[in-house]
Amino acid sequence: MAKRGDIVIDIERCKGCGVCVPVCPQEVIALGPEVNTKGYNYLVKVNNDCTGCTNCAVVCPDAVITVYREK
Amino acid sequence: MSENLIKPENLVYKKTEVLTDKVMHYCPGCGHGTAHRMLAEVIDEMGIQGETIGVAPVGCSVLAYNYFAVDMTEAAHGRAPAVATGIKRVFPEKFVFTYQGDGDLAAIGTAETIHACNRGENILIVFINNGIYGMTGGQMAPTTLPGMKTSTSPRGRDVVTMGNPLKITELVAQLPGSYFVTRQAVHTPANARKAKRALKKAMEYQKLNKGTCLVEIVSNCNSGWKMTPVQSNKWMEENMFPFYPLGDIKVPQE
Repeated sequence: MAKRGDIVIDIERCKGCGVCVPVCPQEVIALGPEVNTKGYNYLVKVNNDCTGCTNCAVVCPDAVITVYREK
Repeated sequence: MSENLIKPENLVYKKTEVLTDKVMHYCPGCGHGTAHRMLAEVIDEMGIQGETIGVAPVGCSVLAYNYFAVDMTEAAHGRAPAVATGIKRVFPEKFVFTYQGDGDLAAIGTAETIHACNRGENILIVFINNGIYGMTGGQMAPTTLPGMKTSTSPRGRDVVTMGNPLKITELVAQLPGSYFVTRQAVHTPANARKAKRALKKAMEYQKLNKGTCLVEIVSNCNSGWKMTPVQSNKWMEENMFPFYPLGDIKVPQE
């Protein structure tokens, strides 16, 4: 089984561009219905299938995502 | 049970310290942010934050000096390679890079770019090519594709009256002074990691005083192209990459 991972999203920095959404192999992330103080629909986690692959964090133009993976 | 994974020992990816905490002014989904981070990660991994000097251009990335936690200066429009030449000659042991868009490097700065590369200045030129003048409102740039609509070519670029797109990266690769010339992208995780490896190679060649390295990054301009960020990345794959194929153009012969 793949290793378990988790992400932390800095919602105030997120601009809701959604570039990270199609690159997640586990479909863990999506743009949520809520907006941050700048009015962007920020990124949310929709399930717990994250494997900590870092794909989302690598393509994020605003360095919003921090990734953790069990050792 | 996912909360217990968020511990310092499990950390695998976080924003590098070479980028400041300032929120970038770039449009949502713009490739500039990713390109900045890849370059910053290279500086971080090589441990050269204190020895790096950057030159910011005029264009969308005019404020790049706010985002890199390294010494930076601003150059007049298109003159970043000339300013970088001066810095590198005064401080030959420092790592000097310029970060320029296509409107800066391939239009007003063509002469500076070509002559710096022809002299073989030991600098890294990072060239962001999105085929448009993003900052000023999406006007046609030298790199705009044939038939591509912009605010100053509303019926599409007609090459008979408006000229052909300039492949300045291929042009620079012909010059004896250029050492490593490559074209990359940062819109997918695989491309971004490859672009980072190319930037790292270029910085390592600079340490060896090998000549000018130019890394072109084909990027999107979702605001200028009037698309969503995800659409613009797809459009870039379908339209920009056939004209500006990714890959190494000039690699060292050793």
